[in-house]
Amino acid sequence: MAQQAILKKPVRWHIAVFLAPAVLVYTAIMIIPLFGTLQLSLFREVEAGTIYVGLQNFRELLTDPHWSQSFWNALWNNTWFFIIHMLVQNPIGILLAAILSNPKLRMRAFYRTAIFVPTILSFVIVGFVWKLILSPIWGVAPNLLDLVGLKFLFAPWLGKEEYALTTLALVSVWQFVGIPMMLIYAALLSIPDEILEAAECDGVTGMAQFWKIKLPLVLPAIGIISILTFVGNFNAFDLIYSAQGALAGPNFSTDILGTFLYRTFFGFQLQLGDTHMGATIASMMFFIILTGVSLYLFVIQRRMQRYQF
Amino acid sequence: MASKATSSLPRSVAAHAILISYTVLALFPVILIIFNSFKTRKAIFRSPLSLPDAESFSLIGYRTVLEQGDFFGYFQNSLIVTVVTLLLVLLFGAMAAFALSEYRFRGNTLMGLYLALGIMIPIRLGTVAILQIMVGAGLVNTLTALILVYTAQGLPLAIFILSEFMRSVSDDLKNAGRIDGLSEYTIFFRLVLPLVRPAMATVAVFTMIPIWNDLWFPLILAPAEETKTVTLGAQVFIGQFVTNWNAVLSALSLAILPILVLYVIFSRQLIRGITSGAVK
Repeated sequence: MAQQAILKKPVRWHIAVFLAPAVLVYTAIMIIPLFGTLQLSLFREVEAGTIYVGLQNFRELLTDPHWSQSFWNALWNNTWFFIIHMLVQNPIGILLAAILSNPKLRMRAFYRTAIFVPTILSFVIVGFVWKLILSPIWGVAPNLLDLVGLKFLFAPWLGKEEYALTTLALVSVWQFVGIPMMLIYAALLSIPDEILEAAECDGVTGMAQFWKIKLPLVLPAIGIISILTFVGNFNAFDLIYSAQGALAGPNFSTDILGTFLYRTFFGFQLQLGDTHMGATIASMMFFIILTGVSLYLFVIQRRMQRYQF
Repeated sequence: MASKATSSLPRSVAAHAILISYTVLALFPVILIIFNSFKTRKAIFRSPLSLPDAESFSLIGYRTVLEQGDFFGYFQNSLIVTVVTLLLVLLFGAMAAFALSEYRFRGNTLMGLYLALGIMIPIRLGTVAILQIMVGAGLVNTLTALILVYTAQGLPLAIFILSEFMRSVSDDLKNAGRIDGLSEYTIFFRLVLPLVRPAMATVAVFTMIPIWNDLWFPLILAPAEETKTVTLGAQVFIGQFVTNWNAVLSALSLAILPILVLYVIFSRQLIRGITSGAVK
């Protein structure tokens, strides 16, 4: 006892030494700038210098037609982008994972590796690759559709206001389907055998077993995927920028919050860059993501745990 | 038993059919680009779906890319940024993870939560202020700026994953080291680090991919010719050579190949990391 008391007394400097580098870099480059950006959104540049304007920037962004039109357009587009991901990416991911999780299936490792390839490529590559494939000039997409007799369906999707955003969302789904597939696959594999055996004894097999037993058990994994997708989508930029440029054409129909932030912050063509409005948009994105994450942590995740136990 | 075997055959055919068609969908665009990058301009347009043969084979696209764009320079920049960041994230991340998982001290949980915040909140949202800081520090258009940002970006997830693994390192081993009079630093570097090497590899792959692929920060913090990364270099190059299809396809292939090679080497590590050991 006495020895322990002596050992405990000295300041344990090594803990501070172990923590210091990570905490310093993280705080200086991540946390301080995040709050710095929130702070910048409360100021504005005038001729005399920088003045505090409270929430005026936010009011303008949300209500002044000059800003609000672009903002609501970008927000809605972003929401649609997210909806497509949820509706397409997750079901495909679940389907692929369910098939892959069959232990008797051959070449599992090959399929797993191959389907994950697009996920490791950069948005820039993916954006350009699909831009080329869908381009009417090259004609790969119409040729392929012709092979299956569906050529009449072809349209220059990326150039049409009504299709461009959905097309890009599907391209993004194509790229990221590997992540839900892997996470759900892992969740499916970790279901204890006893549960499945018990189900089989009760005559619950095949599809019924999937819907009634496996799917409810992988719901937490689907929850994690949804929140990861949410954060990723509301912070997206690269894909739209590489495929459609900073103007997010045609006619801003693919403009999302990330490209809107970029244009506002740096300016584009005749519009001058605006640090404070840029910070205001970044702050709005921060609040949107924070709301989504809190909703997940405090509402969805808790309810799921209650289902489990 | 017999009926089960017969009913499982069509099912397994269907399973393979779905998986094969999805694999084709996933790989086709990548393969199409790489094949066509080795063809003449005429062949690219006349028969985009055929393999390059003796007649249509051409390296003109690669020649243009290597003459017009400094791709070796871009590779070098990407490599420096990725490798240095990786070393910093692994070292700092492992140290912090060790502190959090090994010692009980006041504020331990709070510190863990503080560091985990960055997993969910993207660092991009702080860009406006990050640029101001970098301008103030004179780091704009340096690789240092990118390394700092990516280190901050990679640390939260690294600490989170590594501390999970470090909890599983046996206490007896560490205590034996303490009785032998080893310092806490020696215990960390000599005993614990070698044991969590598999987790370090997983963290390395997770940290590396988003850094190598990022467009946003190179575009904003280091757009100068000397500091362009591959991703930004390819983006700018393709933007300039939009109508030169040979050059565009070759630039894309050059950007795809290194990451593809790395992936083939490390895919087991990566997939095991995502599925955290559930895959055998």
